[in-house]
Formats: sequence, C-alpha cells, structure tokens
Amino acid sequence: MSKFEFPPSIKSRPVYGTLEARPGKAHLMIADAEGAEAILGIATPDLMAKTHIIYIPRGTAFADQLRALNPAQFYEGPSYAAAVSRIRRVLQDAHMGLQVYLTGTEGLMGQAQNEAMMAGIPHTAIQTEHRGSVARRMQCVHCKGITEDVETDPFVCSHCGLNLFVRDHYSRRLAAYQGVCIDAEDPGNVPAPKGIYE
Amino acid sequence: MTIQFNDETFRDDYSFRNSDWAIKRFPFPFHEDSYMYAVNMEQHRGGPEGSVYEKRFDVDEHYVAEMRDRAMVLADDPLRCQSLPHMTLAGWDLLELIMVSKSEDYPDLFELHRDGDQWRWVNKPLGIDDTFTFLDETTLPYGPMEYITRQTQGDFCVLDQRDNNLWMDAGMVTTQADWSLDFDIGMNFFEWHAPVPLAHEKGIFVRALKFLLNIQQGAPARRLNWTMTVNPLLDTSPENYHKWGIQKTTLTPENIGAKQHLRVELQTFFRLPRSNALVFPIRCYLCSFQDLMTMPKWGRRLHRVVRDLPVELATYKGFIDNRPMMLDYLSKFDDGLPTSPGVWPDAETEPPLST
Repeated sequence: MSKFEFPPSIKSRPVYGTLEARPGKAHLMIADAEGAEAILGIATPDLMAKTHIIYIPRGTAFADQLRALNPAQFYEGPSYAAAVSRIRRVLQDAHMGLQVYLTGTEGLMGQAQNEAMMAGIPHTAIQTEHRGSVARRMQCVHCKGITEDVETDPFVCSHCGLNLFVRDHYSRRLAAYQGVCIDAEDPGNVPAPKGIYE
Repeated sequence: MTIQFNDETFRDDYSFRNSDWAIKRFPFPFHEDSYMYAVNMEQHRGGPEGSVYEKRFDVDEHYVAEMRDRAMVLADDPLRCQSLPHMTLAGWDLLELIMVSKSEDYPDLFELHRDGDQWRWVNKPLGIDDTFTFLDETTLPYGPMEYITRQTQGDFCVLDQRDNNLWMDAGMVTTQADWSLDFDIGMNFFEWHAPVPLAHEKGIFVRALKFLLNIQQGAPARRLNWTMTVNPLLDTSPENYHKWGIQKTTLTPENIGAKQHLRVELQTFFRLPRSNALVFPIRCYLCSFQDLMTMPKWGRRLHRVVRDLPVELATYKGFIDNRPMMLDYLSKFDDGLPTSPGVWPDAETEPPLST
C-alpha cells in the first residue's frame, strides 16, 4: 500500500493527482522509490517508446521493472542531487508538447516541478502522483536551511538546531514546507515528536 | 505643517513615542464595538485634513527613524527585499508613483525635477539629492523598487496580474505582521493568504481578489487591518520570531499599558501604468494601550472588541495567552456607556470615563 490519503488542508498545500498517459510527442517521467509503481501502472509499449525515465530508487527494488518497460531512455541515479543536472539538461532540450510526469515523494515532485517551471512549463500542466513516504522537505524560516525527509512534528533543524513545528504552508519556489520555532515563547518547552499525520 | 521627526528606536531600548498629534491621528481600526473579517475597501482619495488618509503616502514624525530601522533590517537580512526578474518595470512604476506623489503632497520635504528621462530627486529629511536616468537601473544605487522603498514608510508588495490572479512577485518587507516574503514570493493571492483562518470559508478572499483585479489607474483603494505587538517592534518577522517571541511573555499588569501596542496596517492598492502590476503598500502604525486610553471612546471600544473576538482570531493574531491580562487592563476604561459610530475619536463629544 503506497498511496496515502492526505487530509484536507490550506490552499498553499500541494494537491496530487493520479497519473494518466496523455497524448504527446515526448514524455519525461521523474520518480523516486515507490513512484515506480505509478509509472508501471500507466506504461504501455507505445508510451514507453517516447518516454525518458529518470529514477531514484532510494533503497527500493523497482529499477529492474522500470528498465524492463524498455523506455526510450532510462536513467537510474543515486540521489536527486545527483540527477538534477541531467533533469535540467533534458528540460533545456525539450520541445513544445513535452508531457511531464512526477511521482514519488513530495520532496522529489516539488523539486522536479520547480525545475520544470524554471524551464517555462506552467505548474498546472505538470502531472503528479504521490507514492511512498509522506516525509516532508522543510525550510527553517529562521536560518533558511532545508531539512529533507522530515517525518515528525516537531523536528530539529539540521542546520541551526532550533526546534521547529511543521506548517502546511508550502512554497513551490523552494519546494518546501515552512518550519517555525516551536518554543520561542517558552524556551525548552518542546512537545514529544509525533508522526506528521498522527 | 512642518513635521518634527523623532529620534527614536523600534528595538533594544524602544524609545519610540507617539506625540499627541500622532495619537489623535492614529488609524483606530474599529468602526463599531465588535470585529469580524470583512473586505472593507474604500477609495483612497484623500481624507480629513491631518488624518493618515489625507495623502497618497502618509509621512509622519516616525519617518526618519523608520527608515533607519529598515536599513538595519536589510543589513541583517537582504532577503527582505526581493524582486523576480520580470518585475523591474513595475519597480520603476512604483518609483515614479511615489516620487510624483510625495513631491506634490509634501513639496517642503521632497522635490522631483524631470527633464525627459533625466530625473533629479531631492529627499530633504533623509539628506538625499540624486540624479538618475529613468528606466536605467545602472544609474541608481539599488534596483528602483528597493531605492524608493528605502525612503518610504510601510512595507511594499508588488503584485503581478495574470491568469485572473495576483502574484507576489516582488516586495520590500521589513515591518510585517509575521509573514515571510522570502517564503511567499511567487505565490498567488490564495496561496499567500492560505494560513489565515476563517476568511477563506467566508469567501473574503474570492471577493477581495475580484475587487483588486479591477482596480484602475488613478483610482486607488484602501482598507485597515490590525494585530497586537508587545513593545513597539516593527520587525515582527517569522525570520526573527525565535528572538522576539519571548518578548510576548514580558507583560505584567504594571507595564502592559506602556508595552502592549495596537498595530494597525493601512493597506492601499494602486494600479501601475506600464506594467499593469498592482502595488500594495502596507503601512504600520503602532500605538500603546495607555496612549489609546486617552481617547475615552477608544478605551471603551477596544475593551469590547478584544473581549468578544473569536478564539481563532486571537490565536492567529498571536495574543490569546495575553488576552486575560489585556482585558484586566482594558476593562478599567470601559464604563459601559455607548460609543459613537465610526473610527474617529470624537474627543470633544464623547463623554469622559465615569468612575
């Protein structure tokens, strides 16, 4: 079970859909971990003949199944940071009519969406489907440092060490949610961390 | 009138003070004895003589000190002023609007001399006399938006208009009520207001956006908003919340009258001519409770508003923990008499506090 039903939230929080194959001359699919399952769900030989898959397994074992789809191009990378220069190059070379599909964790989708937006693709034209971990990419509003894969609320900023609570307020430009000091008015009074959706 | 500029601070020793003149013209935001969100827009075409509504960009006794505070905030954190690449033309529009308005409205303080695209700007209170080429960024020490908003009180959001929405694509934000330009830049109208409780459900933002999208050149609009701030601190930013949040816990029954401030935003909206952007100045006025209480009507009314405000709003505005102490203080200024309609203090006609 890799699909998670996010509770209703505020209007800056991203909403994800379900991938569907759309008509197009070229298709770019960027995924991590369980996002592979969403690609497997829509793959057909015709679609794959025009598809470039960029995939970051993050310890999962789906890579061989994706490779077996015989996409026109397949890349398996060790991390998003390692893959991003390739993503930029592919977007730079893209022509009108490219279809972009993003699937996997919020951090992966948010960052890849940001690259696509910077290449001139409106965010509303990009398909997304959440799969796998519900951890968040968080920006500390105080030091501006980003902490990846935050699973609990509150959490400790990996840069400045402040205790931050997890807001639903989200910036597409930063591909991150906002973390704000939880004990500013009562230093040291930090509740025990819980899962974000517990 | 000639303005005497205060030598004062909005941090550390907090020497900020309002003169009797500033108290009398304070934009008290409550037109009745209760408060709920409303779009509450009106035309921004002047107002009573001497009021904060009279001029397009109000200049008051705090001008020089506020600009000094802004320079300190920017030195600490340059990300408080940002402009996405497509917003430079809107920055020039804003520079023109402010220079023209201030030189016309305050000819003794500001001068603008234009000879084609060669402009000379004289700002006497800040000791500035600069000549530059309009629309040529290389002739100014900062980008046009930053240049002029380092010389103008209030925060500035410059909003691009496209896809039937407004986008927060540039701004100068150093006196904000706890929101981050650096985080919100690039968001649309609904997204940057996302954390506000209750107002989405009431349809406030849908109606407000519809109104704002239709603002025309030469027909600016305005509204008031408000919150509470302990100490006259202009920079109540989320960036520095871990430093200033603790000040909220320093209120005591003895110091609350001097330390607790009503913070009012005069928000105005101007269409800009070349870019079709909308500029949204947010001008912050601070007044201590004890100064507000010198107007009997405001004393009675503030007590009733704070007492009856829904919990969600008192929480969002950040004073839920201090509300009981505020009410202990304010109740002493409410004798139960009725108040006259409207925001004005009506000091000559409202009865003094009966004891």
